Amino acid sequence: MPFPIRGLCYGPGMGAEGFEPTTFSGTGLACRRGGHSVFAGLDFAVGSGQVLVLRGANGSGKTTLLRLMAGLANLSTGILSWDGIPIDHDPEAHGIRTRLVGHQDGVKSGLTVAENLTFAANLQGGAPEAAIQNALHRFGLGRLADLPGRVLSAGQRHRLALARLLVVPAPLWLLDEPTNALDEEAFATLSAVIADHRTKGGMVVVASHGTAPTTDAVALDLGRFTATPAPHWSDAA
Amino acid sequence: MTGTFTAFTVVFTRDLRLAMRQRGDSLIAVAFFAIAAVLFPFGVGPEAGVLARIAGGVLWVTALLAALLSLEGMFAADFEDGTLDQLLLCGEPLPLIVLAKAVAHWTTTGIPLIVVAPLLAPTLHLPAEGYVPLIAALALGTPTLSLLGTVGASLVLGARRGGVLLSLLVLPLYVPVLIFGTAAVEAGITGLAIKPPLLVLAGFFILALTLAPLAAAVALRQAAQ
Repeated sequence: MPFPIRGLCYGPGMGAEGFEPTTFSGTGLACRRGGHSVFAGLDFAVGSGQVLVLRGANGSGKTTLLRLMAGLANLSTGILSWDGIPIDHDPEAHGIRTRLVGHQDGVKSGLTVAENLTFAANLQGGAPEAAIQNALHRFGLGRLADLPGRVLSAGQRHRLALARLLVVPAPLWLLDEPTNALDEEAFATLSAVIADHRTKGGMVVVASHGTAPTTDAVALDLGRFTATPAPHWSDAA
Repeated sequence: MTGTFTAFTVVFTRDLRLAMRQRGDSLIAVAFFAIAAVLFPFGVGPEAGVLARIAGGVLWVTALLAALLSLEGMFAADFEDGTLDQLLLCGEPLPLIVLAKAVAHWTTTGIPLIVVAPLLAPTLHLPAEGYVPLIAALALGTPTLSLLGTVGASLVLGARRGGVLLSLLVLPLYVPVLIFGTAAVEAGITGLAIKPPLLVLAGFFILALTLAPLAAAVALRQAAQ
């Protein structure tokens, strides 16, 4: 019986040396919503340094798949494994190696930009002040550090959510429509940040409609796994 | 590497800081407590004998409703803005984070209620022997209210009209605390031993301390699906 080893080195000590090479994969995944099958029989695999782009129409289950990958949604069918070990063997370890940026930015309006980021960093085990400043500057939030979250624009809130990816290193990034509300400059920053993450051996899963902020990514079209046609409003008539 | 108590401290201090910045929320609970308690002399009449008889019960019921008022926001804000996902993914035991939220809620709501209750008691002609048991019973009972509240607040996440549903869920659970809380005040006034009801309240507290965070954690995971 192999002991479930955390297949990565993480934490503040993790620096330029990067993440241990590994694979994150899923087989036979299915999702049902409101009694209808959204997708079924879905397989995927992402290796270190790779990017998987989820494509598909609205309602094809991109967000649900990302939440399944994060371990937030319960897996009814199929298996998700990290380095060959099912993630539900050690959900805490999977949470630590995962960074999820979803539609909700998780920005507290009562806290300043810097406090928001420090809270996220502390929750993930703590980060040196330099790492927090670096993440703020990388996403052009340096001058806004002392402003309360409530005065930020949608794009700035989203950049703050993305800055959380950088404070404490984690190998698996799950990004849900990360380019929404971003201007060209922030788009370029995100592309560069993802490229850096790949060279360190990190992996990224992006749900995206438009141009994905990366090159030579593997695309996964969720439309192919639709078991039954999506219910149409006129079917009810 | 993060110690288990670091996550507790991180969530607790953030909640306190947010409560300090948005002071209105806990002030509303205290103001509600004060106004609701002061309504009784108007409704029942100013006869000292009648008021003195019901003072303990009135203070307990109004304190309980005031604590209920502030429960809804306990997880709702984190749920709506996506912070709950971060809390679920931080790799720390979720019941401990729930406990941090309960302690923060008690600090911002429970403690002010304990402080204000003896100030309101004179308007209800609470006999002098009732003050110590009132404060002691509130000090033992209000943490239980916050702990039980975490279960209700996490169960109603994502529900429409969550606030009303929350009171339907939580108020029945508050009944035992209410009974023994008022019993302690009653015992103090009539000269009976106040220790037995206080011990029962302490027992409820221990029970809620061990079980409520576990139940709330399950409900939170369900809400995040």
